[in-house]
Amino acid sequence: MSQVHERKIGEVILKMEGISLSFGGVKALTNISFDVREHEIRAIIGPNGAGKSSMLNVINGVYFPQEGTVTYRGEVRARMDTHQMAESGIARTFQNIALFGGMSVLDNVMTGRNLKVKTNFLEHALHIGRARREETANRKVVEEVLDFLQLQSVRKTPVARLPYGVKKRVELARALAAEPSILLLDEPMAGMNVEEKQDMCRFVLDTNEQFGTTIVLIEHDMGVVMDISDRVVVLDYGKKIGDGSPDEVRNNPDVIKAYLGQGH
Amino acid sequence: MQFFLEVLIGGLLAGVMYTLVALGYVMIYKASGVFNFAQGAMVFMAALTTVGMSEKLGISPWLAAPIALLVMVLVGLATEKFVLRKLVAQHEITLFMATIGLTFFLEGLAQMVWGSNVRKLELGIDDLPIQWLMDKTGISVSQFDLAAAGICAVLVAALAIFFNKTKIGRALRAVADDHQAALAVGIPLQYIWGIVWAVAGFIALVAGLLWGSRNGVQFALTFVALKALPVLILGGFTSVPGAILGGLIIGASEKLAEVYIGPMVGGGIENWFPYVLALLFLLVRPEGLFGEKIIRRV
Amino acid sequence: MIYREAGQFKTDYVSDSQIFPIKQDRIVIALFLLIATVLPFFVTDYIRSAILIPFLIFALAALGLNILTGYAGQLSLGTAAFMAVGAFASYNFILRIPGLPFPLAFVLGGLSAALVGIAFGLPSLRIRGFYLAASTLATQFFVVWALTKIGWFTNYSSSGVITAQQMELFGYAFTTPISKYFVCLVIVVLLALAAKNLVRSNTGRAWMAVRDMDVAAEVIGFRLMHTKLLAFAVSSFYCGVAGALYAYAYVGTVEPEAYNLDLSFRILFMIIIGGMGSILGSFFGAAFIVLLPVVLSLSAHALGMSTEIASNLELMVFGALIIFFLIVEPHGLARLWQIGKEKLRLWPFPH
Repeated sequence: MSQVHERKIGEVILKMEGISLSFGGVKALTNISFDVREHEIRAIIGPNGAGKSSMLNVINGVYFPQEGTVTYRGEVRARMDTHQMAESGIARTFQNIALFGGMSVLDNVMTGRNLKVKTNFLEHALHIGRARREETANRKVVEEVLDFLQLQSVRKTPVARLPYGVKKRVELARALAAEPSILLLDEPMAGMNVEEKQDMCRFVLDTNEQFGTTIVLIEHDMGVVMDISDRVVVLDYGKKIGDGSPDEVRNNPDVIKAYLGQGH
Repeated sequence: MQFFLEVLIGGLLAGVMYTLVALGYVMIYKASGVFNFAQGAMVFMAALTTVGMSEKLGISPWLAAPIALLVMVLVGLATEKFVLRKLVAQHEITLFMATIGLTFFLEGLAQMVWGSNVRKLELGIDDLPIQWLMDKTGISVSQFDLAAAGICAVLVAALAIFFNKTKIGRALRAVADDHQAALAVGIPLQYIWGIVWAVAGFIALVAGLLWGSRNGVQFALTFVALKALPVLILGGFTSVPGAILGGLIIGASEKLAEVYIGPMVGGGIENWFPYVLALLFLLVRPEGLFGEKIIRRV
Repeated sequence: MIYREAGQFKTDYVSDSQIFPIKQDRIVIALFLLIATVLPFFVTDYIRSAILIPFLIFALAALGLNILTGYAGQLSLGTAAFMAVGAFASYNFILRIPGLPFPLAFVLGGLSAALVGIAFGLPSLRIRGFYLAASTLATQFFVVWALTKIGWFTNYSSSGVITAQQMELFGYAFTTPISKYFVCLVIVVLLALAAKNLVRSNTGRAWMAVRDMDVAAEVIGFRLMHTKLLAFAVSSFYCGVAGALYAYAYVGTVEPEAYNLDLSFRILFMIIIGGMGSILGSFFGAAFIVLLPVVLSLSAHALGMSTEIASNLELMVFGALIIFFLIVEPHGLARLWQIGKEKLRLWPFPH
């Protein structure tokens, strides 16, 4: 069941041109070009090993391509360190959950507010004035995110004790706490059952609708992709083989061949 | 020049002995991923048991050694059963700290049973210069050092062959790589670990006898074993050739530094020089000369 | 039912973020502070000097190590070296700046230790796990050697053992055990409070993030270098102040040999047994490690064992306890305390 999204999709916010990425002798991505528009939900799909995670890492800035450029908000992006990446307004979740096991849900999501903390450790040690106000303000934002993702009941639970699906939601919460302009989701539905997937879809859509966050996601579940994305990019063996609306991509013979093999 | 050679050779020979101790660590780390901090205590315990037995029963250390070996093997098996098996799933740092606890326990136990006095361990090889070398070149190299180095070299070679050429050695390496996979192909994990600790106990005994004979059997022996750490850092924790090269480098550099730089700063450099050297080395190459490069990804 | 939290609702974030949000906790802490202030007057000088003072000093050192190892995940075997720096620096500051108030000397000693901590913490940017622990041995051995050999530090003392000066403030000399105790109490309480504030703040979260998953922490935007070096700096500061107190309020001398590898291990044991990543645990661990030898030697004496056997027994018991705690309750006494509180919540009902 396709839904028509009534949001206003904006201008191109992110543009990949001719991206090629290799590790040693292995070429992960070859000459990939596509763009992402503001406020849209863009899916990256493809068979296993197609280079989807690598593509996400290039968008994030973790990998710097040997060829090609990434243009973000009109400026060609140079090599950045991780701090700059985080400050650029792009937040992400990880394929294998990367939560901080020794902390509670609340603390984990609070780490998402790290970049907004301007006070230094001495002020933290004294816990008065500016530091106290800042902590309370950050707590307020985090509580709103927890409310949004319905995680209030587990806020003080150590994350290591939570079930898999809840952990994934906490990771999403942590990313949202940073108030990003672009959210990168690496297989957010992986390992979930039908109900959990429906919940997660709802959260992703809500995030997009309520906060206007641009979302780029990697996903294997075709139903999810077709349902919630505005546009889809299809990768296979590191090359782009499809780009367009879900319906266009679904009927693309190259895409069908890649997934189902010749002769269908 | 002659003096330099003497110091160098003396250092290299000591280095071979460091290698031997280091191999005890490598064995256990290779097979179970545990860094056995207690190896030093085991060296001490082995030496002390030999000397104690030898005194108590009135026999030569060479005869007491097999008894000590039995004790060490039992200690190793008990460690595996009561300590490591319970901590299998834990973080490697937790296991490391457990071996620190084990160190204290073994040191206390050994001293409680045999007393804390310094003991002399007579192996029958004198610490005198080799006569014909002295006559020919004027270089003084201790007989004992050479013999000790020879014994160590033989043992090191045997271990290298053991690891690479025998069935059990291969099984050990499989276990070190991936426990689950090793289980899946039918390798009896506990049996292998038992062997590993037994061999480590044997290494500890030989090292204990040699070092104890050289420096006297006393608590300070545990610090000698601690010196194996820089050896491992240089050579990597999982490599036999690395341990050999690392041992030689540490042994030689430590002696040379003490003799040539030592007098300028008041001596005592041996205490920290190997560690600082290892530290500087780690900054350049975090995985050691032969260690496996660690790749971490999210 | 004693520990029932029902009915204690927090209606704003400020009160939920209090250090001790639960009323019963506040009562317990107030009680402890009361005992800490009053008890010393009712015990002998021996207990003050041999148990209460070292307990406070070791608790402070354990706090320092806990910050570095328990919260920030950087395993260190060089704690005693930083204590030594604090002691020697304080000594030299008091010696060479006449009229310097001793609390300021201790702060300066702590800062000196912090600088050394940053220097020797630099390797943590490249090295992890027990490679890092092994490299902290370099710190331990080198620093102690330097303090022994470089005459300026010991004021060219021929014996290498220096007597610590008196602690004087505004003409009052803290010479009695009870006065020394209160010096320690004030310093430790203040620093413990600061530590508690630090670990609940973004600084503390940064440390724990680096401990749990440093690659992810970096991608999120935490600066690994800042975070790790800050941990070394703060931790070394605490250990430095503890070292100064060790010299001035406890043993009365400033000698390098006291700050040896054995001491580093003892403090590590304190945080393992007390609870890593727990402020309260540092206190539990210190109490345990200070009291255990006393208990052991008293029992050994009662059973007629020689002191030699007793001290070896102490080693064995320490070692066995470490292994025991790591197997049974890796989070230490602090976790057991928490479990106890949870049981009290329900008592007299079993569940």
